[in-house]
Amino acid sequence: MLNLTLNGLEISVEKGTTLLEAAKFYGMEIPTLCSDEALSPYGACRLCLVEIGTGNHSRLVSSCTYPAREGLTVRTHTERVVQARKLLLELYLATCPSSKTIQDMASKLGVTKVRFKQKHEECILCGLCVRMCAEQMQGKAIGFVKRGIKRRITAPFAKKSEDCRLCGGCMYICPACQARCQGPQEKSPICNACLNLSAPCLDYFEEAMCYMDPCVACELGTGRKAKAQS
Amino acid sequence: MEERTKTDLENLKKQNGSSVVSLLQEVQEKYNYLPEELLREIAKERNIPLMDIYSVATFYKAFSLSPKGKHKVVTCSGTACHVRGSEKVTREISRTLGIESGHTTEDGLYSLENVSCLGACALAPLVVIDGEYHGSMTSAKILEILNGHTAGKKENGCCCHDQGKKENDCRQVSLPRA
Repeated sequence: MLNLTLNGLEISVEKGTTLLEAAKFYGMEIPTLCSDEALSPYGACRLCLVEIGTGNHSRLVSSCTYPAREGLTVRTHTERVVQARKLLLELYLATCPSSKTIQDMASKLGVTKVRFKQKHEECILCGLCVRMCAEQMQGKAIGFVKRGIKRRITAPFAKKSEDCRLCGGCMYICPACQARCQGPQEKSPICNACLNLSAPCLDYFEEAMCYMDPCVACELGTGRKAKAQS
Repeated sequence: MEERTKTDLENLKKQNGSSVVSLLQEVQEKYNYLPEELLREIAKERNIPLMDIYSVATFYKAFSLSPKGKHKVVTCSGTACHVRGSEKVTREISRTLGIESGHTTEDGLYSLENVSCLGACALAPLVVIDGEYHGSMTSAKILEILNGHTAGKKENGCCCHDQGKKENDCRQVSLPRA
């Protein structure tokens, strides 16, 4: 077992555990787009950045690929980490605004503006589908081709691969496929609908139990119940 | 595929340890490009996923999936070459051969390629024809060389003779100024 400090908490994990797995095990949520428990870590999306070390020697590493070390100090939600994540999400929103997964994550992390040139890609090159196909389905029907800005995911010679069994695993795991709530071609690059939740309740009755309880509006303090109690 | 593939595969099977890159290099050298059918055969014979081969083939610029010309003309557009006027030289070659950079002439004799640096900046602007370095190029000089190149092929007989074709099969690139 390895002993390390996670957000000030003394923890011990088994050798070979990644920082992401350790944080997840101890209930600290780290956002990711390219990691999956059943697939090998890839470190493509960089959203799982955490700060390791202390003082001037601290640095950002991707927690999904960084194995736990003895005596390591890990902080998952420092100012630096959160800023880096928000910037990354802005870039993702500028690349692929039609993805619900990315929009949800942006709202959750409080990203409310996009300062980059807007594009409308359908892929963020996270490589989940490629790994799904190779590792879980033993297919190797799709993969990365070309490099740099021309890099993309396709089947050999851009034809339907003989190795493809139409299992649909690639689409199942894709974080960019699911269209955002208001449809894929909304004008604004950012949805943020979740941030502007209005309380669904009209009135609050002391005696009656709310059918929505527990409700996000009350949790956020905007619901009638929360207002009545305060 | 036809027989050529079979004999090639026999040869390829002999060198077992070789990686995908060296395999593809051999194919590229032999055919001047990577034929799709051959890649499929190799994948099957060597038990390498076709996707892996395709990934490597598209990753490196040294590999081409479409046939390349018999003679390779490489122009350099690195910083040194650029400031000394490689653009004009490239344009001249382009005009003479009638092809854009990255393409091959219709008769399959010449292909033109533009690279970022050839590592011989002292010779800028640089043009490499079939591995032969021509330094300090100008539009006039390159035309002379290109003319000499095609004419030389005429003198020594057809450039395609080694492939067992008849002389008439090989059409020379027609140059506007002789």
